Amino acid sequence: MIILTGNDLKTGDVIWWAGETNWSRHLSDAVDAGEEADAVLQREDAARRVNAGYSVEAEQTERGPMPLHIKDRVRASGPTVRQDLAIDTNIPIEKA
Amino acid sequence: MYQYDKYDQSLVDSRVAEFRDQCERRIAGEMTEDQFKPLRLQNGLYLQLHAYMLRVAIPYGTLSGDQMRMLATIARKYDRDYGHFTTRQNIQYNWIKLEDAADILQDLSTVEMHAIQTSGNCIRNISSDQYAGASAEEAADPRPWAELLRQWSSFHPEFAHLPRKFKICVIASDTDRAAMRLHDIGIQLVENDAGELGARFYVGGGMGRTPMIAPLIREFVSADDLISYCEACLRVYNRYGRRDNKYKARIKILVHEIGAEEYKRQVEEEFAHIKTLNLDPPRAELERISEFFAPPAFDAEAPTEVDLSDPDFRIWHDQNVAEHKNPAYAIATISLKPVGGIPGDATADQMDLMADLAKQYSFDECRVTHSQNIVLPHVRKADLYALWQKLDEAGLAPANLDLIGDMIACPGLDYCSLANARSIPLAQKISQRFADQQRQKELGELKLKISGCINACGHHHAGHIGILGVDRKGVENYQLLFGGSGAEDVSLAKITGPGFTEDGVVDAIEKATDLYLAQREEGERFVDTYRRIGMEPFKEALYG
Repeated sequence: MIILTGNDLKTGDVIWWAGETNWSRHLSDAVDAGEEADAVLQREDAARRVNAGYSVEAEQTERGPMPLHIKDRVRASGPTVRQDLAIDTNIPIEKA
Repeated sequence: MYQYDKYDQSLVDSRVAEFRDQCERRIAGEMTEDQFKPLRLQNGLYLQLHAYMLRVAIPYGTLSGDQMRMLATIARKYDRDYGHFTTRQNIQYNWIKLEDAADILQDLSTVEMHAIQTSGNCIRNISSDQYAGASAEEAADPRPWAELLRQWSSFHPEFAHLPRKFKICVIASDTDRAAMRLHDIGIQLVENDAGELGARFYVGGGMGRTPMIAPLIREFVSADDLISYCEACLRVYNRYGRRDNKYKARIKILVHEIGAEEYKRQVEEEFAHIKTLNLDPPRAELERISEFFAPPAFDAEAPTEVDLSDPDFRIWHDQNVAEHKNPAYAIATISLKPVGGIPGDATADQMDLMADLAKQYSFDECRVTHSQNIVLPHVRKADLYALWQKLDEAGLAPANLDLIGDMIACPGLDYCSLANARSIPLAQKISQRFADQQRQKELGELKLKISGCINACGHHHAGHIGILGVDRKGVENYQLLFGGSGAEDVSLAKITGPGFTEDGVVDAIEKATDLYLAQREEGERFVDTYRRIGMEPFKEALYG
């Protein structure tokens, strides 16, 4: 599956596309953009609902969508060395 | 310390106003990210893994108490109560909001600070020796020279779009605490046979994916020619640097490809031309700047002895306190490397405390080191015990300067969008494995440096033990390197062999240090033993 991520323009927060014009800070809300990924990113960027957006390869797991690459799992989790600042400490960093 | 004149302040103030307008236009949708990105980078604002990151310049690593206090205020007011001191003697904030960025720069400007030229292909913040003005061995205080270069390089129109970023370091002693020869230009202030002060130029060093030690380009450049000679070095690079290939665009590649002798010939030719243009400021300008760095009013009656009867204090004193040029004073290093901590991180409260301590004990001055520690350069020996007690209460008294616990680590994949692997968790595990003070002391000076990618912000090439994080099919893997040094015995570390997992590399380091303890001869550091016996015994210990 393809999910979309980027940053909130004003705050810089990592956000995930949750369908339509919705973005969430939580990876668990991400939805499959499929073949519409590029079109959605273009539309959402133009509307400034996302900044520096890009598509991410992911797989559906029991916990919901999970990026295949470690970098995006760290983005979804927050810094692994500051659990107090993390968004979701249950995201498995080591493997998808 | 240097104080802005009306020109400095005006430049910074106008830049803040300009950037405020740019931020507002970006938020209003009047600029795309592609248009905005080069503008925000010119003001030190990156978009990192989790948020915007702001890198604030700390010229030659020198801070007043008020400036340190402002760094704390920014951490508290705009970030998440902490900052990260970097291997370029700067500070980074990891959780900045775009809508706050101009306000932050405004606040910084009130204490004569900014984030200009902390990113982009320009001359970056100039680094220096954290013991400047305090060490007995220096030929002169290198900071006035660094300040002159800062003024020359700030907004220099010819060098705003170089082939790649450009880093200059100025030191003034044979002991190199600033990795001088691993800079694009490394300058060492020296006296010539006539007793005149000048600059020895090394050009073409650096780390990154192609590490190089800068060769000597000129033995002596007169103070009157400093700017012209730098201008000539930069012009040759600007003209011939590889703009076609980002990975070959640093000056080290140019110097390597055409050879140091040919590069030098071209610089000398350009220098001869530039000297006809009368670009150099009059000597009086360097002297005017030097007055800002005049030695503080040392207490002539201060005692020269230290009471070391408290054994815990003695451990810290023996490790973290260095000789000062005044026998009644000392240079104290505050280690930001507690066991299991994040190298270089300091909370807002800790920054406030360090500002207070600088004011109370060190003539209101502190320094940031490239090893991600803080130095109080002028502490009365009679005050060291009281200073240590206050540091200890705040968790700022790890007695590990230059020991294995005092490691450098870049932010790595926990924060950096360029990283391939995490650096900080590895640093924490090594720190915990070698937590025992006696064990660290037994190992002696051991500089361990960790980078999360080939860009080498963690200086792994210069580590007695270096670690490079790589991405191996989506899994973090760590290459181990031995034998590097960023000091006066500069050398580049060599890879030991196949990489390790995170836990594996901690075990490997322990095997290597065990071998060192078994093999070392009298007075040898880890790196000395490695240089004497070579890589093979270490490979055998790691992989055999």
